[in-house]
Amino acid sequence: MNSVILKSPIFFIMTKLLEWLLVVSLVAVAWGLVTFDLLGLHVSAVYKEVAWPMPVYLLVAFGCYSLAAVGYRVATFNDCEDAARELQSQIQEAKEDLKKKGLKM
Amino acid sequence: MASCKSSKKKTPEETDKYSVLLPTYNERENLPLIVWLLVKYFGESGYNYEIIVIDDGSPDGTLQIAEQLQKIYGEDKIVLRPRAKKLGLGTAYIHGIKHATGNFIIIMDADLSHHPKFIPEFIKKQKEGGYDLVSGTRYRGDGGVYGWDLRRKLISRGANFITQVLLRPGASDLTGSFRLYKKEVLEHLVAHCVSKGYVFQMEMIVRARQLGYTIGEVPISFVDRVYGESKLGGNEIVSFLKGLLTLFATT
Repeated sequence: MNSVILKSPIFFIMTKLLEWLLVVSLVAVAWGLVTFDLLGLHVSAVYKEVAWPMPVYLLVAFGCYSLAAVGYRVATFNDCEDAARELQSQIQEAKEDLKKKGLKM
Repeated sequence: MASCKSSKKKTPEETDKYSVLLPTYNERENLPLIVWLLVKYFGESGYNYEIIVIDDGSPDGTLQIAEQLQKIYGEDKIVLRPRAKKLGLGTAYIHGIKHATGNFIIIMDADLSHHPKFIPEFIKKQKEGGYDLVSGTRYRGDGGVYGWDLRRKLISRGANFITQVLLRPGASDLTGSFRLYKKEVLEHLVAHCVSKGYVFQMEMIVRARQLGYTIGEVPISFVDRVYGESKLGGNEIVSFLKGLLTLFATT
């Protein structure tokens, strides 16, 4: 029981939702600071221009990555033909053996 | 002296016992086959085991078949713990655990989509790393599926990707239900899990990680139901998404 309690950081960790909200808001604040120069640091126009469309770039990049990852994984999803054949032959073997042992279906 | 020596030789491995929980509902075709395969692979690998059949009042006579199997293989190997009606997977596990005499519990489907040949690999993996649970995975290494069309593969991979991004669970197959647990770990997890169906399996492994349990993985080939219908409709997808969002907000 003790080890279970020690293993349970459940009350000290954030939910995944909170983690996401925290990270997204940090990024949003950083983006706002640069793009709108909220702290009045006279950020150079070049940085502003790069930062301004950054959220859209990030979203598009993540979308592309997602599509590529899922597409690749679907394409390389193993078809277990051998496993299916092995199972079929074992089913026959099992049926004969069970019949011998007196199983009535 | 001799008896003293032999008892000293006894390693923990020899005292380990594996209880396989088989919740069934209308599996009269499959049950004898899965039991035959379990007996075969446990017999070959020499581990101590029992098979606990939890039949939820199947109208097709699954229980009668199970009784015959018990006569063939013995009451120490086949344990029958039927229930009057369909009461859901979570309570089936609780029911099974109560009657299990093993210190490890193996959970699998009785429809032959999970092949018992992987169980010795699960056990080896567990011993290697002392893992609290070992999960079969269709998504890694030599793992895979049989009998899925492109649509089914796309949904499966897509759902898995979204889940990995949102939950970062540290396990590659969340909805699979072919797993080996330390008994006390399974007891603890079942007590913490509230969802049903697909989501139940996902919640079990996500909570396992959250509670700090260690997880090992073994690639498995998943051969979709040989007898009977396999289903993945709009309802399953909606309940999956609901469950995912619930876990996202609560774990």
